[in-house]
Amino acid sequence: MRVNFTVNGRSEAVDDVWEGESLLYVLRERVGLPGSKNACEQGECGSCTVYLDGTPVCSCLVAAGQVEGREVRTVEGLADGERLDPVQEAFVEAGAVQCGFCTPGLIVQAHDLIQRNEHPSDVEIREALAGNLCRCTGYEKILDAVRLAATRKAALK
Amino acid sequence: MRGTPEVITAPGVGGVGDSPPRPDGTLKVTGEFAYASDLWIDGMLWGATLRSPHPRARIVSIDTTEALAQPGVHAVLTHEDVPGRRHYGLDHTWDQPVLAIGEVRHQGEPIALVAADHPETARRALARIAIEWEVLEPLTDARRAAFDPSYPQVQERPNPARHQPVRVGDVEAARRLAEVVVSGTFEVGIQDQAFLGPESGLAVPAEDGGVDLYVATQWMHNDLKQIGPCLGLTEEKIRMTLSGVGGAFGGREDLSMQIHAAMLAMRTGRPVKMVYDRRESFFGHVHRHPAEMRYEYGALSTGEILYADVEILLDGGAYTSATLNVVGNAASLGVGPYEIPNVSIDAYGVYTNNPPCGAMRGFGAVQACFAYESMMDKLAAACGIDPVEIRQINAASQGTRLATGQVLWAPLPMAEMLEQARTLPLPAPLDATDIRNLPGGASQTTHGEGVRRGVGYGVGLKNICFSEGYDDYSTARVSLEVIGGEATALVHTAAAEVGQGLVTVEAQIARTELGIERVVIHPADNQVGDAGSSSASRQTYMTGGAVKAACEAVRERLFERLDHDDLALAGGKIVSASAGVIASIEEVLGDDVIEETREYHHEPTTGMDKESGQGDSHTQLALCVHRAVVDVDVELGLVKVVELAAVQDVGRIINRLSLEGQIHGGSAQGLGLAVMEEIVVRDGVVRNPSFTDYLIPTIQDMPPMRLEILENADPRAPYGLRGAGEPPTLSSTPAIVAAIRDATGLALTRVPVRPEHITGR
Repeated sequence: MRVNFTVNGRSEAVDDVWEGESLLYVLRERVGLPGSKNACEQGECGSCTVYLDGTPVCSCLVAAGQVEGREVRTVEGLADGERLDPVQEAFVEAGAVQCGFCTPGLIVQAHDLIQRNEHPSDVEIREALAGNLCRCTGYEKILDAVRLAATRKAALK
Repeated sequence: MRGTPEVITAPGVGGVGDSPPRPDGTLKVTGEFAYASDLWIDGMLWGATLRSPHPRARIVSIDTTEALAQPGVHAVLTHEDVPGRRHYGLDHTWDQPVLAIGEVRHQGEPIALVAADHPETARRALARIAIEWEVLEPLTDARRAAFDPSYPQVQERPNPARHQPVRVGDVEAARRLAEVVVSGTFEVGIQDQAFLGPESGLAVPAEDGGVDLYVATQWMHNDLKQIGPCLGLTEEKIRMTLSGVGGAFGGREDLSMQIHAAMLAMRTGRPVKMVYDRRESFFGHVHRHPAEMRYEYGALSTGEILYADVEILLDGGAYTSATLNVVGNAASLGVGPYEIPNVSIDAYGVYTNNPPCGAMRGFGAVQACFAYESMMDKLAAACGIDPVEIRQINAASQGTRLATGQVLWAPLPMAEMLEQARTLPLPAPLDATDIRNLPGGASQTTHGEGVRRGVGYGVGLKNICFSEGYDDYSTARVSLEVIGGEATALVHTAAAEVGQGLVTVEAQIARTELGIERVVIHPADNQVGDAGSSSASRQTYMTGGAVKAACEAVRERLFERLDHDDLALAGGKIVSASAGVIASIEEVLGDDVIEETREYHHEPTTGMDKESGQGDSHTQLALCVHRAVVDVDVELGLVKVVELAAVQDVGRIINRLSLEGQIHGGSAQGLGLAVMEEIVVRDGVVRNPSFTDYLIPTIQDMPPMRLEILENADPRAPYGLRGAGEPPTLSSTPAIVAAIRDATGLALTRVPVRPEHITGR
């Protein structure tokens, strides 16, 4: 089948999609956007998190056909050209990145949190990121990164 | 082709002791960093693996005709298609079939391979491979495997795979003098590395009949020693490049898809990509050995331990993998960092039809640590002495002779570290007005009734680098040249960056040793000498040491060009102690390239004596102390870890940010083992191969951490540093369990601790 959707502001018409393919597979293998990750492919780890019409979803749980006519934004679409989004910047600076496999999903999820809640408390950060598994960091530096990003984003306003 | 690793430039400044950002950090936060599962090349096929549903069975026949006839299927291979040696294995054991030959010995053992033009086509073809089975009763009793000579053999190598005794003093005589005797049997379940980036890679057939391999691994050169013979290729015909690695933790020390993808590529003449899904990943790598451990300690009523009598039984599953060395660690570190004059330890590793086990962060020392720390708490209770104090009474220190006879030559301020852990401020009392603070959290399982707080301590001693006489080394090639008007160092090693931040440290060392800012890191490949594995907390020590040595050699050659004998490099300038600034590096170097390659070997170790375990088997030992605070809902058996504090001596901080990340991450994996993580196996069959059923800590499970990092240098090590990745994985588990015992008064002899262990039903 053919799937038409917008990804990071660009229109895509993807041909020969098998009906069983996920949005994650289409992004990674058909439109050249492998930034969203394939850690569990069953909605448990959050590494494939993308915005679908502005809402974070596990792209592994979205069938390709479901995105017809809709808008997807991935980790590749967060930076403004060469300028990183404050969340991306903060993840590097705070040491929240080790192997980095969970990072794209966490960044999209944290990006969404800060958009909804300018000054999230630690408890709120933990609640918002509870669906994103990280095996390397023990999450301490991820909390640091989200706090830092929130402060920076607020200062930009 | 997409995803080929490129040279990366380390940003900014920052030498040894600073915390510059990771060279690969920006690529990783923008989604541009290419992991092994991101590789893509025109015309590639997808490989898939048929695995055994049975833990033990004979294969009467395999019929691949129907699978091969499927449209889109390009190859179906079995053991008959293995071009060379049909077995591989770590440490020259060669006991693991590339593809099953006539029988399977564990669930998930690879049997056949398919290459097809779509992953789903490949999966459907797997389902059409017809196998006639003769299913056998699995051999899953590790104790019988170790001690019952009538128990059938699992594979050609007999049981036990290794028995390592350690004997010092006279346990029998000491037993008669003991005023207090405590004993216990402790169990550790099977833990999985659960790295997030699944086993993946791409094999591209080459014109010379060889193959180019892009894979995520921990040790390319050791992979190559196994891949070459199995493919029937000389090592020159296999060009191996490290692709982006999504975590490792020991789980990539063994081969997974390397030979399989290469076989499919060589057969089809097309590039072949293989990516495991999470379920397959649980069967695609070895796990941490489950353990049953019987301990008896005798002491004076003052708390001074007189003897330890220990048996450690580790189930290695069907194939050897790293079992031999895991047993060595469990034996040599069986009573941990304590001075005990009379010791008898027997550590066994056995073959069964349970899941294969091998390397995981902590490597044999984790299991023993849970047991010996549980024993310290038991002894404390029996003697009526505080748990911290009883550890201090028996604590090892510099000069202590371990049970193996090895003397601790470097500083080991354990008693002081325990004191530091004890005196750190405690977290605030439970605020039950916000239910999110409670065990069970937003699930509203309690409003605070039945919740008890507990505090516990754990100490762990871990060997750093390879032990038992192994000639452990790493190689680094460093070149210095002027690029774009600026002196630039290029660092090339085969060492695997698996997330730990080795590339950052390599750049820091080059900056410090060469006095420059601009450092670029070459992709890790086999076009440079062996770097050893990214395991045993050894890469900063070993590859760091090799980069340092290569930089020193480059520096010497630069200095040879000048007529001074008191030179140093700083701020891009060549400086003489007597004459001040002589010249810039750029001026002296001109258009030349200075390149030097160096091997770095650590101080040699010895083997362990076969009967007594005596020997200087470790080159470095590192200590971590944890204090855990927990809230336990004793009615529902739910545990919330409120805080973890860690005190660790790292010798010298090379990069504080990365180091803290290692301690946090290591502690989190120890927390997982303490309260949630276990591969549940019944009759050799894994019941929970998914992240739905195998739980790893989330950000809700992991508490805030308090760190105290000490720098008592090890004079033998580069910069005085100590490997740091593993020690916290040892000590956090027993600290958390001790805290749960403190809260509940229960004995708790098994990890992970489950709700039913707490509620008793």
